[in-house]
Formats: sequence, structure tokens, C-alpha cells
Amino acid sequence: MSLLELDGVKVHFPVKKGILFDRTVGHVYAVDGISLSVEAGQTYGLVGESGCGKTTLGRAVLRLVDVTDGRVVLDGTDVAQLPEKEMRSFRRRLQMVFQDPLGSLNPRQNIESILSEGMAAHGIGGNREERREKIKEILAKVGLPGNALSRYPHEFSGGQRQRIGIARALVLEPDLIICDEPVSALDVSIQAQVVNLLEELQKSMGLTYLVIAHDLAVVRHISDVIGVMYLGSLVEEAPSDALYEEPRHPYTRALMSAVPVPDPEVEDRRERILLLGDLPSPANPPAGCRFHTRCPWKQDTRCATERPELRDLGGGHRVACHFAAEIASGEITRTSGEVVPAAHEGSGGSGGSEASGAPRASGASGGGAAKGSSSGERASEAPAGT
Amino acid sequence: MPLLDVDELTVTFGGRGRRADRGRDRDRKPTEAAGPTEAAGPAEDTSVRAAGPAGPAEDTSVRAAGPAGPAGGNAVRAVNGVSFSVDEGQVVGLVGESGCGKSVTSLALMGLLPRKGATLGGRADFEGADLLAMGPRRIRDLRGSKLAMIFQDPLSSLNPVVPIGVQVTEILKRHRGMKGEAARKEAAQLLDRVGIPDPDRRLREYPHQLSGGMRQRALIAMAVACAPRLLIADEPTTALDVTIQAQILELLKELVDQEGTALLMITHDLGVVAGLCDQVNVLYAGKVVESSGRRELFAHPTHPYTHGLLGSIPRLDAPRGEPLNPIRGSINDQIAWADGCAFAPRCDRYEMGCLTGTPELTEPREAGHQARCVNPVLATTEVPA
Amino acid sequence: MSLATTKTSKIDRLAELTAKKETSSGASLWREAFRRLRGSKMAIIGAVVIAAFVVVAIVGPWLAPYSPTAQTWRGEVLANQGEFVGARGENWFGLDHLGRDMFSRMLVGARQTLLVGVVSMLIGLVLGALVGAVSGAAATLGGRAGQRLDDVVMRVTDIMLALPSLLLAVSIAAVLGQSLTTVMIAVGVVQIPIFARLLRGSMLAQGGKDYVLAARSLGIRKRRIVLTQIMPNSLSPVIVQATLSLATAIIEAAALSYLGLGNPDPAIPEWGVMLSQAQRFFDNAPMMSMYPAVAIIITALGFTLLGEAMREALDPKLRG
Repeated sequence: MSLLELDGVKVHFPVKKGILFDRTVGHVYAVDGISLSVEAGQTYGLVGESGCGKTTLGRAVLRLVDVTDGRVVLDGTDVAQLPEKEMRSFRRRLQMVFQDPLGSLNPRQNIESILSEGMAAHGIGGNREERREKIKEILAKVGLPGNALSRYPHEFSGGQRQRIGIARALVLEPDLIICDEPVSALDVSIQAQVVNLLEELQKSMGLTYLVIAHDLAVVRHISDVIGVMYLGSLVEEAPSDALYEEPRHPYTRALMSAVPVPDPEVEDRRERILLLGDLPSPANPPAGCRFHTRCPWKQDTRCATERPELRDLGGGHRVACHFAAEIASGEITRTSGEVVPAAHEGSGGSGGSEASGAPRASGASGGGAAKGSSSGERASEAPAGT
Repeated sequence: MPLLDVDELTVTFGGRGRRADRGRDRDRKPTEAAGPTEAAGPAEDTSVRAAGPAGPAEDTSVRAAGPAGPAGGNAVRAVNGVSFSVDEGQVVGLVGESGCGKSVTSLALMGLLPRKGATLGGRADFEGADLLAMGPRRIRDLRGSKLAMIFQDPLSSLNPVVPIGVQVTEILKRHRGMKGEAARKEAAQLLDRVGIPDPDRRLREYPHQLSGGMRQRALIAMAVACAPRLLIADEPTTALDVTIQAQILELLKELVDQEGTALLMITHDLGVVAGLCDQVNVLYAGKVVESSGRRELFAHPTHPYTHGLLGSIPRLDAPRGEPLNPIRGSINDQIAWADGCAFAPRCDRYEMGCLTGTPELTEPREAGHQARCVNPVLATTEVPA
Repeated sequence: MSLATTKTSKIDRLAELTAKKETSSGASLWREAFRRLRGSKMAIIGAVVIAAFVVVAIVGPWLAPYSPTAQTWRGEVLANQGEFVGARGENWFGLDHLGRDMFSRMLVGARQTLLVGVVSMLIGLVLGALVGAVSGAAATLGGRAGQRLDDVVMRVTDIMLALPSLLLAVSIAAVLGQSLTTVMIAVGVVQIPIFARLLRGSMLAQGGKDYVLAARSLGIRKRRIVLTQIMPNSLSPVIVQATLSLATAIIEAAALSYLGLGNPDPAIPEWGVMLSQAQRFFDNAPMMSMYPAVAIIITALGFTLLGEAMREALDPKLRG
């Protein structure tokens, strides 16, 4: 059995309006029906752009936000249903590493106080001395000097603060650590240190991670399984290598093609799929497939009306697209969008003419598509002009 | 002659030098007259010393503020002798991590540093005139017309209580003398040009009604309104999602290709640089440590810092499962440039020679590929453990 | 062999160059703020003014050359006919309208003035902070019921804030009758909503920070989160406000006295009362108003300077 299982998890935030008495006028569908499972000792990576609900999902697992519907099962216990009191002691088993290393540490507590507070709350370590020994041991593991105990968060560098954040999670010996953008606030050279640390700790202590990040390259590096989120739902899930080798969902393809690679040779040859327009509001998500307003492969049938379920394509590769197979085999070609081929070579090449020859998305399919088509059309004229 | 030629730019915050002294003595040309023997002295900062006796009043303040002289109190030299040039229509990258001085450099060029508390040194010739010595009126006229800038955070760069249209037409009125309906039409055309759909409606909207990507497009529209010769982009895509980042980068590329605008791209993202820049300057602790054409730089990173940076980045196209090769320590572990190479404490290749005076920019591999390193990485494949 | 020596020497050299001045490690934010405060000219000037004020308030009665209440020179002052006595050798600040020594009255009056300022500030601070803390804690961690409570409390403070402060103080003074205690209560009550709003707002801002979320995910009790995490980080604006409101409290107390709602007992001098009494004779003896007025202004300025300096010292953004 998996360590963590999410079954149809929904988190809807009410939108309230009113002068004296608030009334609910709608909902933000931050997380809208997510099912996934995380195996013990593995790393599950959740990627998506801002506003896709990945952070909310992480907080729902920790029950820092209320789950509207669905089950969050950790090791047989439904976290979403636990009474408040039991939940508090259960929290020891679920820990979190935050994005902002400084903001997540109380500036007025020293490191010993920060690290021992959780232990005290859960009765780990009999007395102060025992706790201090344990803290020193953990500090050594995350690569901080023992004299850090009496210091305050502002006396450390960004990378060291993140190590403190990791140590705070580790002292409670949790079953699952949720890392919410663990490295995105750090400099590149420090990112690598923290990524390596997380991997070493996993190896030596058998940790299980749920890593939430927007950086596909980082997520691919540390995850065993990756789930791609778009507008509150999972659009694709696959083992890390399979996802990279063969992304099946149009959104995953576009996302992957948009990540710049620090290598000019690759950059010049790389084909980029430019998505049209912006992310629709999660308060008013499009009907049918959530992605159909921006999808370059959108079809007239099903996409706008029927919401696709995650289907298993074999080998643990799950995709929520009606036409995944047809797109992969080339039966369906792109109907909109733009592909930027080799950037510095052959401008106005095949990619450009292909895009300008593409029919416009119909204006009837919602604001997003209408927006997109005009910018797509305009942009596609550009290569021809040079 | 290059469009922009920055020569030994220094920016010092705090200390005794109180004002960002723009109109300083024009004769202050940093010459390397100091010579190698003198430069090797441990307590010297070449860029400051080279100033010579020409500018008596300012120089003492600058010298006192240098990192070599802690007598200057808590003065911080954010930019410590940065030189680079941008040719017409060229895309030049200024890459580095936080605290390397890249943003301060751009602000200094735009004349946007606070007048109080920042001391400038060196020169920055833009079309033959020194930007650093220009009076506030002249640089204001230049800003927005021939020189434009895009910032990282599009929301805070736009005035939240004024419609987009007014903000765009304002520039057209100020710099191009356009009026009324003509300015509005031109503004709509500009928004259309940067890919904002339905420009007439958008002109009436306020910044908060636009998405992040649209806001950045609007900012770009404002920046290119007067067909600037040089566009400075300070982390233009850092606040955006990758798919939106791809759109914006494509737009910038297009503008450069079509308008012949030169672009100074300031970023921490080597991936962005790899796809966009012709010439790349890598900054560390306020100095250019490596400078080269884009292909050469990424193929043969010569300075250990550049080399380390490239080793630190998880690549989407690399095989999985191998640990990354981070640079050890943090930006806090550095020594003053006057004493040696600031990167030495984090470097695996440092030698005694790295700890005696500022290393010079040399061309250890090939012409046009400069590195400020005593012991450069010349073998290409192996990555330091 | 030579390799070994170069290796050690380069390590030594690096260590020598990277050796920094031993920074005070383990310095809490409070201690750092205090260190910055000591380096601020504004804080030093403010502190000196306040210290002088406090010293005068304590030892004033012993320093006073004459009794502050004895109408020793009564015959020399004819207030009705506009005859007053200004500064002279035996009476440095001259005489008041009843022939009492102004200098002695100023020295003795400092204590009352300080008492009014401190007590009314404390009334406002303690009650306001209490209301604000309850409201803030309820809003951040109290769930839906807590938010209701917060709503109610805040509407009440809004109503209090909506009344002009002087009008509120005058009404309170009118109800409670004329006494020094009334002045303190009136001035203190006016400050309650200010402190309450400030602390609540500060707690709300802190409550949204990641470290509070982290504490929740550690499984720490809510009461403990409020006390150890949110409160210590929310206090700095309240402390600054307390210093600043000492200044306004003294001025408001003077204003109430000026309106005749202050201490009715003329035997006990107080700067505000003195000012209000002197204003009747402003045409003929302007200096009689000037002494208490200037003293109040300087004292208020002292507290304001210290308060502003503390605001700067406690601002985490300016930490360097």
C-alpha cells in the first residue's frame, strides 16, 4: 500500500461579498478532484505554473487548509477527517519545508528554540539536554555547525536558512515531508547544494518527499514520479524519465518546451510550443477540458464539453486528454498556437510558415482562445517579415 | 564604436561619499598605469588608484569607501570595476547571482540610483556621451527615448491608479510630441505590436486588470514606444511562469531582430542567456569574471565560477540520477578583490597566486574569450568534484 | 615537500583573508534593535530630554526654591489691572497671577505632568493591547467563530475612533467629574482603539507569515503559537506607538486642563493646568503661558524623537 493516497481531493475557497454580512457569491476551485499516491521512500514531484493549485494541494495534505471533499490517507488514516485534537499529534508524521527560508523561521527565536519547539509539542526527547543532543545530530546531518544553536535566523545565509527549515522538519522524524518550492528562492549555486542535501537525506534516512515546484528541471532531477497540474487538476502523471521522454499531454509538451536549457546548441535546435493567452481564472474554470482554451491541439468535439479523466496508458503513465493517442501518432495536428523552431538559424523557416498557415481558433470557444488567436496570428507574421 | 561602452564602472553605497556625483571630473580615465607590480600589492584597489590625482575632492571619498579601506565604515562596493560594451543591435547578457551587482549596474546606467549615498566611478559612454556624468535633465530626456528599461516586477513598475493607455500615451507625448487622438492610436498600435489582444479595450484598463504576462507586454510596449537604441531588461521574466516567459522572450527576440534595438539582458538564468544573448558577461562580487560569445562560453566555461554554475543547474535534457555539482559555500564567503580573487574561498582551483591582488582579465583559451582567473579551467569535459 | 608547504600556506592565506571581524553571534532582534538605537542621534537626543524630564519630575519638589502654592508676593501682582511681575533675580520665571513663583511651580508640576502622561498611556496600552490581542488571535487562529468575534470588536473600536478624541475625552470628563484621575482615564480611553487596531493589524500580518504556518504544521497549540510566535513579532509597532502616545497624552491632558476639565485643586501645579490658567492673562503676561507651553512641547518632542528612532531601529527592513 502507498504511504500517501489522495482520492478525489477538492479544495474550494468561497468568494465572499457583502457590506455587513458576507454572502458566498462563488468559489475558487483551487484544487478540483485530485487522486494520486506516493510510495514510501520515493519522491513525488508536483509541477505546475502559479495558480494551478499545487501549493493549496500541499497545504490540504497537511490540513492547513480545509479539504472540501475527498480523502487524504496517510498510512491508513484519513487526515481530512481527523478531529482537531488527534490531528495535532498526527502532524508529527507530516512535515513541511517552505519556499521562503527566512519567512518560514520566526525571527525572534534562536535555532535551538525553533528546532526544539516541535519536539516539545510532541514529547520527543525527555528533557532539554536530550533534545539538544538530537538537534545537534540533525544539524550535523543537514550540514550546519553545532554552534548554530544560539544564533538567530537573520545571521544565516539563504541556503543555511533552508537547511534549518529542513532540520526543523527532520527532528520530528516524519513519514512524509512536503517540500513547497524548496529551492526556488535560492541562488543557482545554492539550489544545487540543497537539492543534493535532500537527495542524500533521502538515501540515508529513507525519507519520502512530496516536492511541489514550478521548475520542471529541478523536479525531474529529484523525483521518481511526476504529476503535472493545470488549473486544479492533474493532467498527466508518469515516472520521471517516461514523462521527459514522451510527454503525452499537450500542456506538458508546451511546458517542457518552454524550459530554457543552458546550452546554446540545444537552444538553437529546440522547438518551442508557445501557448496562447493566459491561465483562465480558477474561480471560473472553462467547461470540459480545463486546458482546451489554450490547447494547440484542441478538437471541435469533446474538448470543450467533456472533462477528460486520467487514463492509464501503461507503465504508470496516466494522461487526462481525450486525444493523447491520436496526438502521439500524429493523426491530429495542431490547430492553433505557434511553434518556434531553431531560434537563430533559418528564421521564417518551416515552423513559422506552418503557424501562419494554421487556421484561427474559433472565436466562439471562449475569451481565452479569442485572445490567443489574435496574438498567435500577429506573432506568426513576424518571422515572415524578417 | 560600440553603442554603449562601460568602462570600469564602480558603485559604492554608504561610507563617506554622500552623493551620487554625476558631474565629476571628465579627465578621470582609469588607466592601468599602476602597473602589475603595484597592482599586486595586497591593500590596493586598482580601479580606485588608477583615478590618480585628477579629481581631488571626490577621489578621497571613493578611496575611503573602497573595500580595501575599512576606515570607510560600512561602505559597500556593489559594482567594482565592470567593463563591457554593447554594439548596435546586439544582445548582451549580464549574468550573475544575487548580490553580484548586475541590477545596480543597470540602475547606474539609467541614472536611477539614489543621489544620496551612492558614489559612482568609471564611465559609461552611450553614443559618445558619458551617462554617468550627465545632468539629471539630460538623462531624463534620454530615458524612455533612446534608452529604455524593463523591470522584473511588472505590477510595481506600472502606476496602479492610472489606466494603461494614459501611461503609454504619456511617453509618446513627452518624447515624441504626439497629441490627443494620434497618441492614442499610436498607443493602441504599440500594444498590438507587443501582442496584447484587443488593444483599444486594454488601453482603458488598469494594471491590476491585466495578467502578469500582459503587464510585462504593456511595459515592453512603453519601453519600445520611442524606438530606443538600447533596451535594458532587468530580470524581465523572473516573475513569470515558464510558458509566459517563453512568450516574452520570443517577443524580445523579435523586437531585436526587427527594430535593430540593442538589448542588455540582466538575468540569473543561464538558460535564458543561452537562447538569447550574443555576448555574455558573467559577474561575481561586482566584477566581470568571464566574458565571451554565447556558444564559446557555454561550450568552454573557463572561469571556475561559470564552470561551477553550469554544473549546478539540473538540466531537463541531462541523464537523471547523478548528483549535481554545486559550488560550495555561499556569496558571503568572499575576500576583497584588492586582496585576491573574490571567488577563491569557494573555488577548488585556487592557488597562492589567487590570493595576491586582483586577477586580470586574460584570454586563456582564444581571442575574445576573457576570463579573470589565475588558474582557469582549460580542459572542457571534466567537472570539478 | 614543497607542494605540501604551498598547500598549507595557501590555506593559511585564505583563512587570513576570509577571517572577518568576530560578529556578535546569537544576537536577538531586540538586542540588535537596542544596539542600533544607541547609535542613533535622534534616540540619544530624545532619551536625554526624557531623562532630564524624569529627573526633574522626581527631584523637582526638593529643588524648588519656594513653595509652589504659597502666594508669597501676592501684593505685587494685580491681575485685574494687568500688572504682572516678569523674570527677576529672586523669581527666575517671574510670578503667576496669584503671586506664586513660576519657577517652583514648573519644577513641581513636572511630576504631575509625567504622571498624567504615563498613567493615561498605560491605560490605553494595557486595555488596547488586550482588546487587540484577543481580536487578533481570534481573527488569525480562531476559525469562523473567531472571525465573528473579531468583526464585532473591530466595529466597536471603529465607533470609538469615529468620535473626535477630544470630544470623547470631554464627555468622559463630564461624566466622571473634574479631577486628575478623570483626565488620565479620559486621555487613556481615547488611546484604547488606537492600540487595539495597531496590535490586531500587526498580529494579522504576522499570522499570515510562513513561520506561523510552520508552527501550525509542527502541531503546536494555538495558544502557544499566539504567545510565542505571533505576539513577540507584533509588538514593535505597539512599543513605538506607546512612546509616541506619551507625547500626545501630555498634550491632550494639557488640552483638557486648558478647557477647565483638569485638576481643580490649584494647590497642585501641573503644566497643562498652568497653561490653561495663564491663557486668561496672555495679553499682559505672555511669558506666563510660554513657560509651561514650551516645557510641554520639548517633552513631547523628546518622546516623539525616541519613538521615531525606535521605529527605525525595530524595522526589520532596515536591519543591516
